[in-house]
Amino acid sequence: MDFNLSPEEEAFREEVRDFLAENLPPKHERGTDFLQKVWLPKVREKRWVGFSWPREVGGGGGSVMQQAILKEEMTRAQAPPLGTSWMGLQWVGPGLIAYGTEEQQQRFLPGILDSEVVWCTGYSEPHCGSDLAAIQCKAVREGDSYTVNGQKIWTTLAMASDWIILLVRTSTDPDDKHAGITCLLVPMDAEGVTVRPIKSMSGVSIFAEVFFDDVRVPIADRLGRQGEGWQVTVMALANERSGISEVEGLLRSLDRLKALAKSSVRGGRPALEDPDTRRKLARMETTIESMRFNGLRALTRQLQGEGPSSETSINKLHRTTLEVEMGELGLLLQGNAGGLMRGAEPVPDGGRWQRMALSWPELVIGGGTPNIQKNIIAERILALPKD
Amino acid sequence: MNFGFTEEQDLLRSEARKFLAERCPTSEVRRIGEEQTGFCSKLWSEIAELGWPGLAIAEDQGGAGLAWLDLVVLLEEAGRYLLPLPLLSTSVAARAIREAGTERQKASWLPRLATGAQIGTLALYEQIDAAEAEHTKLQACRKPSGAWRLDGEKVLVPDAPQATLFVVAVRTTEGVRFAVVPADSPGIEVEAFPTMDLTKPMGAVRFSNVEIQDDMMLGGSVAPEGDSHTAVYERVVARATAALCAEMSGAAEANLQLAVDYAKERIQFGAPIGRYQGVKHPLAEMYQALESFKSLLYYAAWTLDERPEEALRYVSMAKALGNECVIRIGIDAIQIHGAVGYTWEHDPQLYLKRSKWSRAMYGDANHHYDQIASMGGL
Ligand SMILES: Cc1cc2nc3c(=O)[nH]c(=O)nc-3n(C[C@H](O)[C@H](O)[C@H](O)COP(=O)(O)OP(=O)(O)OC[C@H]3O[C@@H](n4cnc5c(N)ncnc54)[C@H](O)[C@@H]3O)c2cc1C
Repeated sequence: MDFNLSPEEEAFREEVRDFLAENLPPKHERGTDFLQKVWLPKVREKRWVGFSWPREVGGGGGSVMQQAILKEEMTRAQAPPLGTSWMGLQWVGPGLIAYGTEEQQQRFLPGILDSEVVWCTGYSEPHCGSDLAAIQCKAVREGDSYTVNGQKIWTTLAMASDWIILLVRTSTDPDDKHAGITCLLVPMDAEGVTVRPIKSMSGVSIFAEVFFDDVRVPIADRLGRQGEGWQVTVMALANERSGISEVEGLLRSLDRLKALAKSSVRGGRPALEDPDTRRKLARMETTIESMRFNGLRALTRQLQGEGPSSETSINKLHRTTLEVEMGELGLLLQGNAGGLMRGAEPVPDGGRWQRMALSWPELVIGGGTPNIQKNIIAERILALPKD
Repeated sequence: MNFGFTEEQDLLRSEARKFLAERCPTSEVRRIGEEQTGFCSKLWSEIAELGWPGLAIAEDQGGAGLAWLDLVVLLEEAGRYLLPLPLLSTSVAARAIREAGTERQKASWLPRLATGAQIGTLALYEQIDAAEAEHTKLQACRKPSGAWRLDGEKVLVPDAPQATLFVVAVRTTEGVRFAVVPADSPGIEVEAFPTMDLTKPMGAVRFSNVEIQDDMMLGGSVAPEGDSHTAVYERVVARATAALCAEMSGAAEANLQLAVDYAKERIQFGAPIGRYQGVKHPLAEMYQALESFKSLLYYAAWTLDERPEEALRYVSMAKALGNECVIRIGIDAIQIHGAVGYTWEHDPQLYLKRSKWSRAMYGDANHHYDQIASMGGL
């Protein structure tokens, strides 16, 4: 056990810090086109976009440890994202690298790395979310193309996306519902694709319904073989690990919550005199720190050549609990002002806690629900019988 | 960066596990616990032979010279098998001597603790729920002869009935210090208590007009440079807390495993009960709590030797989370077993009792969350 970085790792950290010191002005000085015009080209040139991807496909070839350092330093410095093709970078890219043809890699990866092509994810359907393998959106092979008919829902950013990574059913075998699933890549402007935004409880539309009416998709746009869609998905989602970089962000959020507690009054007395509030905050801090070391343990296993483990479910579960609890405490500390919205004079922190109290489902439901995480822990790690 | 155990540590763990599986099955734990003395000197001499009491004692004082993290590995295994021996107590008593003692004092006491010839324990508690230095009232008065006179009472001392050597927190005019007091000193009275956890003997130790020579008062009248007696005290308690956490983690892991195994075996309504989410989800949550506890514990143990400035905070975090974890697993493991979980014959009850003992020792979760809040600027 040794938590010190090796000289090479330390040097890489210095490199990142120097770069950030030089190229990342304070938030208020960044200007409107800083992200697109200044930041993204620079980090792209550094090969930090798609840093974990092999250099042959345009990535950075960063080691597992370097990836962790880069993420941590970026979060600490409150740096903007390394690209705006978020889902492209998170799982479409890794899926293409593992299952795509060379032609597909050449066609799609540069657009993701250059933040030019935005991807959305068409997995969930009205009748199935957690039970993803039950999808019904149908693709029928005719010659060199598929004809797709069906519906997706909760598709984040569908209205702003150029392409969708889509799971479709290509055959129905009641004994093996996984085997009939195929993964297609479809341009959102294809004929027969209709997007209908859905307004969430926070008042904004971040996701949409997507309808497919006789949409023709050439087989050149199939990712993996026919019937291999499930493996492609599992592999791609495994990349969505709950990393240690989250910890820095959470600690910063906790600092804000502590500051709020310091300035709040409960029952006519400073909130910080209330042992319950103090302990809640201390417990959150403890949970966040435990996530750091859970993450480092998983990282060590990864460094020793074991792939991403389902143990990241542990941190995901912590993360969902924290998201709800922190938003709750943030409102509770405001008393009746907790029911007001941003713009009202008594609302602190620009409405941050109100926002959190209305947007937690993005994390808690959007990434696979806590119950499903618990199933994963129980079945894959503890080897309990499947549901 | 490497958050893994070394080959030596893995070996230490597997050797310990092998020994304990053979020599300390729960049948043996029950037998020893139900005996009058609650102590098996044969088993003690066997683990002394293996060098366990001296594992973290420096080599030139007769120990193996290993780090606190190595002791954590060993104590996790001791906890897993509920080893009913004063290994934890002796290890932390020795550490107090190492932290506070002069070279001469270390040389005179540590070798005998390392070989297991002496059984040590820390005597801190004067209230049933607080072990901070500030609560120490037991008086040590300097006599004109240079010797010290001790008067007062330690109300709860782990392994008091077996201990041959008490390391006692005493109040002096210079602050709270540690004194080494052999259990057979005139004026000492030990009262053994019946305990819920039969593997953890406890007793009160009363000191009336106990005289000790100056060389049994640890350290000089001034604490080591740049340090206060209180800082030394806190460091010792932090080590003790981390060591206790190791026993807790091992015991909780064993108990969770019992529950998981049972959930796979026990059939109700035509399926193993582990298939039902009312059983499966609590088990997943317990696993999450346990792994998170272990992550904090290992890091905390590492900081004790490598980054002492961070140690108190992480030890408190480990103990706070550890308490919640062992209590939950203690109770839920019994629920998952149904009625057999309530029997004397089945093992979950042993772990439940251990969890109660561990929770209060060196501070419950609220105590540690309060510490964390203060350290975190609240
Ligand atoms: C903000 C947001 C963004 C999203 N973005 C996308 C996207 O871009 N693309 C996409 O494809 N999908 C997206 N989703 C959908 C998301 O993946 C699903 O909502 C999620 O998988 C849960 O499915 P569901 O909503 O159908 O709920 P259901 O699966 O119907 O679950 C309802 C409730 O039942 C519980 N439940 C279900 N099955 C079990 C079980 N076996 N055991 C115990 N409890 C169970 C769940 O935990 C939940 O509490 C998004 C969702 C949200 C909220």
